[in-house]
Order: sequence, then C-alpha cells, then structure tokens
Amino acid sequence: MAESKPRVKVPKTAAKGEVITIKTLINHTMESGQRKDSDGNPIPRQIINMFTAEFNGSKVFEAEIEPAISANPYFEFTMRVPESGTIRFTWVDDDGSVYSEEQAIEVN
Amino acid sequence: MNIRTIATGVAGLALAGAIAASAEPALEETLEIDGQEMITQAPAPEGHPFDTVISGWHYRTPETRALETDTFVNPAMLYVERGEEIWNTVEGTAGKSCASCHGDAAESMKGVGASMPKWNAKAGKPYNMDLQINDCRVEQMGAEPYAFDAADQKALVAFVKHQSLGMPVGLDLTEGEMRKWWEQGKEIYYTRFGQLDLSCASCHEQHNGRHIRADHLSQGQVNGFPTYRLKQADLVSVQNRFKGCVRDTRAVPFEPLGDEAMALETYVTWRGTGLSVETPAVRQ
Repeated sequence: MAESKPRVKVPKTAAKGEVITIKTLINHTMESGQRKDSDGNPIPRQIINMFTAEFNGSKVFEAEIEPAISANPYFEFTMRVPESGTIRFTWVDDDGSVYSEEQAIEVN
Repeated sequence: MNIRTIATGVAGLALAGAIAASAEPALEETLEIDGQEMITQAPAPEGHPFDTVISGWHYRTPETRALETDTFVNPAMLYVERGEEIWNTVEGTAGKSCASCHGDAAESMKGVGASMPKWNAKAGKPYNMDLQINDCRVEQMGAEPYAFDAADQKALVAFVKHQSLGMPVGLDLTEGEMRKWWEQGKEIYYTRFGQLDLSCASCHEQHNGRHIRADHLSQGQVNGFPTYRLKQADLVSVQNRFKGCVRDTRAVPFEPLGDEAMALETYVTWRGTGLSVETPAVRQ
C-alpha cells in the first residue's frame, strides 16, 4: 500500500462567525479483516479507526470509524469560525500510526 | 369493485409517469470541474446517427454528478496523483522516466488525450494511450510493458489524459488506415453478439435514456475514461468496460487491446466527437 497521506481543503480566510465547509481525504486501503488472501489465510484488519478535527485545541469534529467504511475515507463537515486560528486534523491507524495535518484560518 | 379498479389504475399511471420522468437525462445541468466548464453536449459530427452527442455525466444521479465537479472530492484523483509520481520515476535499463523525454506533462501532454486513438504507422494500427505508454516503456525506457489493467497503467493513463481536461475529443481519421479501422469498429458496434443477441447500438443508440433493469442507459460515450465507477470503487479503463459490456451480453469478450477492441475504441471515441475530455469521470 502506498503511504497514507492526508489531504484537506479548508478556506484560508473567513468572516467572523461564518460557517465554512471543510473537506478531508486520506488514502488508505481500509482492510476490513473479513477477507482472505489467495492461500485462504485471513488478511488482518488494518483500518483508520478514528478521525478528529480540533480548532485552537478544542474538538470540533470526531468520527469513530468501523471496518465497513470503504477505502480512502472522505469526511466533509461544516463549522462556525469564531476567530482566527489553526485547525488540526488527526487520523489514527490500527497499527498505531498517527497522520496529521494543520491549516490556519484567518478571520478578517 | 369499480372504485377500487379506478384507484389502482390511477396509481399505476402515476407510477409509470414517475419512471418515465426519471429516465430523462438531466440536460439542463452544466458540468463545471473546479470552475472550468465542460462541453457535455455537442453537435454530432457528419454521418453520426444522433443530432447531439451527450456525455454520460447527464445520465447519472445528482449525487454522482456532484462527485465530478470538485477534483478534491473525485475519488479517482488519487490515481491521477499516483500517475504523476510514475511520470517522474526513472524505470528500465535506459535510466529514463516519462519526464526525461516529455518534460512537464501539463505542457507536453496537453491535448494528447483528446486525439487518441491515433494512427501509429510503425505498428500499422491505431494506438490508444495504453499501447503508446507500453511502446514508450519498451522502446525508449527499456522497461517492462504494463500488464493489461495494471493499477499503475490506469494511473498513468488517467494522469496523461487529465492534462487534456475540458478539451474537445477529436480524432484524425485521415491518417494512415484510420478510416478502415473506424469502419471495422462501426461494424462491430452494430453487430449483435452473445446469448442475449445485443449489439452496442441495441442499448446505447436505440435505448439510451431508458432503463435496463436498474441501470440508466447512456449514449455510451468514452470521453471520461479511465472512469471511476462507484460500483467497483475503482478506476476502470475503456477496454475493461468493453469487456464488461460484451460479457453482459453473454458473449466472449474481445481480447483487450487486440485488433477488434482497438477498432471499437476508435469508432466509439469518434461517436463522442466534440465532448470535453472529463478524465477521470465519475459514474455509477
């Protein structure tokens, strides 16, 4: 599998109190644990099991992810922007890896 | 008894009306990809059975159509990214990558995807992107050709065709024996195959806009290939789609990239003349 790389689409600027749309995507095979390889051996589960977004340190979005979620999970949500700050996204892999990405939003 | 019969009759009519209405392609919609407008309806070239050629995008549900409007959301763009990596990766005994000869794909490959299949004099047949890439790999790079439908092949084809996004499809049929291959492709298009006795035209010419069971038949245009199909959750090449369609008629599919399939790709691509390259499109 190619290395997982997070991608986010966040507006760089927003008006105070504006509701913005945030789009996120990470490439991941999301191996469910239900499949077998060509020799009949079970392929162990390996999925992204948690996705969170924090704005200036407080959580604004969280998703617990189960094996039925398809490959390359995409999350889109909206949030109100109270002030300038940084939004930080975190994806947690079953193997313990943590992938993260940050982006600043400036309120004008 | 009479009242009940009438009531059932009315309900039946309403239902029939709903099904007929939902089968119409959404022709009033326009497709913009990241703000760039695509040509999804174009006047048909001379000798074409239709007045207007219509992209398969119009035949899909609003949700599926929306997936194609933003390259961030389009699931196939991961393949395009992979294709860009391959473009810049050195492989083979000659120590070259695609970029070693062709440089920046955004410049050198612009328009290339809109005019393939293209006549290849050396091979004496039309080359599509898959064949051209394999030719380059063997002749120029000293690398192994891709096996048909290898993930990297689809990624690279999608990346190169994506450089022509929005440009109208147009084949040069005057080169070499393109016209002969086009004729052969046309013959295949109208020939009924398989236990179900269906030709391409049975569905995509005579019945496009109607349902075949749960599927909404389009004109069968290939301007968006390789296409992301939600059903397979994967990028699907045009030659693979031919295989799937012919298999569904319960016939033996043509050999992918073989002469019959290349003749068919030439003819079918011509049928979409004037439509924008949408690669990678998103379909059901």
